[in-house]
Amino acid sequence: MNGASQRALEPFALVRKKRFSLKQGFFLSLIRTFGFAGAVTLFIILFFVVYNGIHVISWDFISKPPIEAMTKGGIFPVIVGTVLLTALCMITVIPIGVTTAVFLAEYSKPGLLLNTVMMSIYTLAGVPSVVFGLFGLGVFVVMFNFGMSLLAGSLTLAIMVLPYIISTSEEALKAVPYSFREASLACGATKWQTIKKVVLPTAMPGILTGAILGTAKVSGETAPIMFTAAAFFTPGVPRSLFEPVMALPYHIYVLATAGTHIEETRGIQYGTALTLIVLVLGMNLLGIILRSRQRKKKTW
Amino acid sequence: MVDDGNIFEIKDFSIYYGDFMAVKNVRLDVRSGRITAIIGPSGCGKSTLLRSLNRMNDLIISSRVEGQVLFQGVDIYHRDTDVIELRRRVGMVFQKPNPFPSSVYENVAYGPKIRGVKKKSQLDEIVENALVRADLWKEVKDKLNESGLSLSGGQMQRLCIARSLAQEPEVLLFDEPTSALDPISTANIENLLQELQKTVTIIIVTHNMQQAARISNYTAFMYLGEMIEFGDTDTIFVNPYNKLTEEYITGRFG
Repeated sequence: MNGASQRALEPFALVRKKRFSLKQGFFLSLIRTFGFAGAVTLFIILFFVVYNGIHVISWDFISKPPIEAMTKGGIFPVIVGTVLLTALCMITVIPIGVTTAVFLAEYSKPGLLLNTVMMSIYTLAGVPSVVFGLFGLGVFVVMFNFGMSLLAGSLTLAIMVLPYIISTSEEALKAVPYSFREASLACGATKWQTIKKVVLPTAMPGILTGAILGTAKVSGETAPIMFTAAAFFTPGVPRSLFEPVMALPYHIYVLATAGTHIEETRGIQYGTALTLIVLVLGMNLLGIILRSRQRKKKTW
Repeated sequence: MVDDGNIFEIKDFSIYYGDFMAVKNVRLDVRSGRITAIIGPSGCGKSTLLRSLNRMNDLIISSRVEGQVLFQGVDIYHRDTDVIELRRRVGMVFQKPNPFPSSVYENVAYGPKIRGVKKKSQLDEIVENALVRADLWKEVKDKLNESGLSLSGGQMQRLCIARSLAQEPEVLLFDEPTSALDPISTANIENLLQELQKTVTIIIVTHNMQQAARISNYTAFMYLGEMIEFGDTDTIFVNPYNKLTEEYITGRFG
């Protein structure tokens, strides 16, 4: 019986039937084509921006403010504005996001409260960014009377990126093996000591990666800062939290649509776009490197 | 440690997971300064019973207990019991070596540090002491700052033992400590346990009957959540009272 079943299996194992390979080949090439198309699209965009923008990039472009109704000069205050907005946003959102994640991953018990919080986070993550912009306008600019300002803008960005920070931090916390918690508790540590001394440090690279990718996301956003922080033009860098700022994405938008010299400033538009892309790519790259390093180090 | 009676007295003790009764009306006295082994087939409740002795079972939300566990005469499931202090005095070593992803030194200093020992010289002394007692000092004294995860499996397990010893526990609970180790590392750990017995009471859960026979003074046999037989290891293995025990130790099931 054994011999018979072996003989019956042999043709399947060794000789592939043609129609299988045809079908397989078709889908395989389909998958390859689409995968390739994704990469090609990215490279076309990159090439387009680099090709058009590279010639305006110079030390002066990065270090000088715009002049002559923004048709000449650099984008220094614009870069500073984006950096400040992003930094302030992250300073606000990381403590809140990580604390929420600790609650969700370590303290919450399955039930109505957890479900409600999780639902809210998922929903919040799906809200279009312009809605956050309007919310920021209503709450921070008008109600809290911050005006169009650095503060209002970064808080709006913070709310927008909050669900992302919460979910990446929660993932990082949940990836910490249960055996670490067990070992710590068996040493006579309290739950909070365990979280503070073992769980958080172990999860830190993951939390940081999430934060860096979140930063990259935030720095490219236009809609949330359009009504809350971004200025058409400011003569220099902001001197207080309550001043409006220029920002890279908004600067591109303004030069490309609302200016009086749209054609003249094409170079500056592409140069600004290139600066933004380099900034975002750089941060993403940092995030990817951190993540792969931490994967290599992981031995548990 | 001198034999001064029973360190644990388990009285009509039951553990439930939801509706499932994992440990049923167990009675067991654990002699101080001795090695007590708990054996039995998978799922018999022996690990559950062990983990209830320093209340690690509390971590499972649906678990609940009935009856009493007296540690040096004090009911550890009483409302006023300080669980943190209990876990300091009753340490635990797990099946899979689980050092923290930090240095050898930090692993051992973890317990004393959270208890507020700050002075470097004092910590150094505690760490060295614990590592010596865990028979690991000679191997790691030059790499105290290397990651605990870079050690071999057997070394990691001894590191975990050192981490527990740094708390000066009175009892150490071992939950199948050698099931993930090779025979040589296993032999090392077994020798270590017999050495440690002089200073600490040891309770060990093991799948390995030879191990129980080799190192323990007393053996308890559990089956389907019940304590079938408990007595001198020699008696249990040579002349068991219960038919089920005999069938298990002669390898007829399990």
